[in-house]
Amino acid sequence: MEIPEIVGAGLIVIGAGLGIGRIGGSAMEAIARQPEATAKIQTAMLIAAALIEGIGFAALFAK
Amino acid sequence: MFSKLSVSLALVGAMFLSVPTNAQDHDHHEDSHVVEAHETHDHAATEEGHDVKAQIKETIEHHLSDSYDFTITEGVSFPLPVILFDEGLKVFSSSKFHHGESVAEVDGNYYVLHHSKVYKTDASGHLTMDEHHHPTNAMPLDFSITKNVFMILVMAIFMFFLFKGAAKAYQSGQTPKKAGRFLEPLIIYVRDEIAIPNIGEKHYKKYMSYLLTVFFFIWFMNLAGMTPLGINVTGNITITFSLALITFLITQVSGNKHYWMHIFWMPGVPVVLKPVMAIIELIGLFVKPFSLMIRLYANMLAGHVVLMSIIGLIFVFGSWLISPAFFGLTLVLSLLELLVAALQAYIFTMLTALYFGSAVEEHDHH
Repeated sequence: MEIPEIVGAGLIVIGAGLGIGRIGGSAMEAIARQPEATAKIQTAMLIAAALIEGIGFAALFAK
Repeated sequence: MFSKLSVSLALVGAMFLSVPTNAQDHDHHEDSHVVEAHETHDHAATEEGHDVKAQIKETIEHHLSDSYDFTITEGVSFPLPVILFDEGLKVFSSSKFHHGESVAEVDGNYYVLHHSKVYKTDASGHLTMDEHHHPTNAMPLDFSITKNVFMILVMAIFMFFLFKGAAKAYQSGQTPKKAGRFLEPLIIYVRDEIAIPNIGEKHYKKYMSYLLTVFFFIWFMNLAGMTPLGINVTGNITITFSLALITFLITQVSGNKHYWMHIFWMPGVPVVLKPVMAIIELIGLFVKPFSLMIRLYANMLAGHVVLMSIIGLIFVFGSWLISPAFFGLTLVLSLLELLVAALQAYIFTMLTALYFGSAVEEHDHH
């Protein structure tokens, strides 16, 4: 793998990591505000995380 | 009870039928990590044993790709039947290939196994290569029972008896016994948290059998991939393609007038923009099942490759101090992979239910 490929892979991972990190962060804030809604928030967080991870993997494998 | 099971069986059988016809591709779609192994494979063949990294890559590639025999451990394996259609049906055991070393002669035709694909050749086993080291020989239509197809069959039979036991468990009243006790929370979860919120109370029953089939099939297949037997069913793009294709077909067939209107002639949008929106929606129509396919395939394949690469790192470093750390890392990652196995099944089922819901939605317009 040459340098541009490695840089591209790194960018993809940064993008996916930032996205999922933000979702996790706001999910945790929401749970802190309303602990009784934890299950729903967790479900929504997992769905969003899986979607972002899907894009990340697709980009990684298509390069 | 019987019709639900038979529909599920029919769908699994449809998947089984679609996989062998794509069997020509089953080795093609691996990531670049493994495509490199193709090139270094030829170099490593000359310096056998000296290049540990190339050996590791080759082992990983062999572990992840489909094969014509079922290897349990080193030396313990049983051959699977090869079913070709090349001017007539030819069925023979894959032991004739001797793991790709010899040429199989069947009814005057000669076949050779090269990188998990069957090519038609002459008596000497000659393969003409093009510049990318891919053979240009003719390939017969391949309907063989390969390792993936065999595992799908085994899983289908296992699921059939599991759910039959669960259905029988309700004979003596509402509280189930045996297998029903284990499956009831899961099935109710799929119904109450996945099917009804997305599809709605009116239509969810029609789709429950498919949703349950997909959920348990993907989950059990992902779990089977965690065993050391080298079973990589959901990490194979043709299989996830078949699953996404069935989802796509069911969505289109069950689409009602509102669904097609929303795609082609979206209400509430200025007339000038409607053709543009139609094109975008049409692309979205195909991108959604495509992303289903890629998501499951990439998650499973990446998990397996990372796990095996870390185990391979033990051999690359070869030191007594670092190996336990890699072993611990593998253990933790395997636990994560167990979570990912269930999560990917849930995500696939949930998105499928979402697409079904959007197809049968009949809300009042704004």
